[in-house]
Amino acid sequence: MPNETSDPKLSEIDTMKSRLSVLLPGITLEWSEFRGQTRVICPANQLAKCLSAFREVGFDQLTDLTAVDLLEYGNADDRFEVVYCLLNVESGLRLIAKIYLNEPDLTIPSATPVWFGADWLEREVYDMYGIVFSGHPNFKRLLLPEEFQSFPLRKDYPVKGRGERHNFPVITRAES
Amino acid sequence: MATQINKQLGDNIFLTKLDAAASWARANSLWPMPFATACCGIELMSTAASKHDLSRFGSEVMRFSPRQCDLMIVAGRVVMKMLPVLQRIWLQMPEPKWCISMGACACTGGVFDTYAVVQGVDRFLPVDVYVPGCPPRPEQLIRSIIDLQEKIQSGGTINAREFKLRILPEGPTRFDEDELIRIRERNGFKLDDQKYNPVH
Repeated sequence: MPNETSDPKLSEIDTMKSRLSVLLPGITLEWSEFRGQTRVICPANQLAKCLSAFREVGFDQLTDLTAVDLLEYGNADDRFEVVYCLLNVESGLRLIAKIYLNEPDLTIPSATPVWFGADWLEREVYDMYGIVFSGHPNFKRLLLPEEFQSFPLRKDYPVKGRGERHNFPVITRAES
Repeated sequence: MATQINKQLGDNIFLTKLDAAASWARANSLWPMPFATACCGIELMSTAASKHDLSRFGSEVMRFSPRQCDLMIVAGRVVMKMLPVLQRIWLQMPEPKWCISMGACACTGGVFDTYAVVQGVDRFLPVDVYVPGCPPRPEQLIRSIIDLQEKIQSGGTINAREFKLRILPEGPTRFDEDELIRIRERNGFKLDDQKYNPVH
């Protein structure tokens, strides 16, 4: 007879955790809870294995992929954080997976082999933060012009830019 | 002889200058090109719609091809990716042509003082009439069109000689605060250095 006080969602999370520990032997995942959200921090050098394991345990949808620049943020040790928001469509379970990155090595494996929806999300993260996703099928800037040099959501980039918005020819009335 | 002609034609002859006749015709048949990129475009549509009815002022024929237009209405913010498109459309319009910069964003960049938004289209295009407002009411746009009509009628020439005189850029110069920040950074000064950045 099942214990009636136990939360069915909690037991689901425990099952998922134990399945992951079988799928990822020797890889330490840092688990935490915040307001009912399950978060896990993966080692950056084992990201590809972790992502396919997440898919394996039922997280079949990548709802969001984004990044955070932690420059001068509290007492953060690392520069960038890449966040994967995952959803198990069948059970409704959600997982937020994170990795930390530091300059100069900002190359991580692409998530497109696991969830193809990562295509534009990864291009946007590259556009704004300069994080490179290796193995992406069409890796280039998504929103900004191709010739743009900077990564504007980095905290050390000035809000007004570095003069890119003034870098155009001036058309006078006489010559137009 | 003269009295005979007078008798036959009566009051059916008007004497004017060719320049004035051409300008009068042009001013009352402006064909706008709606370059609507933001909320100002909604007001522009409202101006052309039945309540305010821009056709009362002889400029209701909106055309979405620049080849058929002689009045560019830049309605809304223009980002740095859009500006080359705007310039190209402007160059595709046949002479004589005029430009109305509608709203705070098209005139100055408005609240969007960021890396991606052009701080006023007049930096890169010749603008004839500015309309302030965020967004301007249709009455304001109608006023700007009446102003433009007055401008055309007061200074217009049949072979557009008045445009040939405007050889200098008319907007703010490139050497503004942003340019200064860039130069300071290149020279190794910090952005938050009070000594070199007293504005903030």
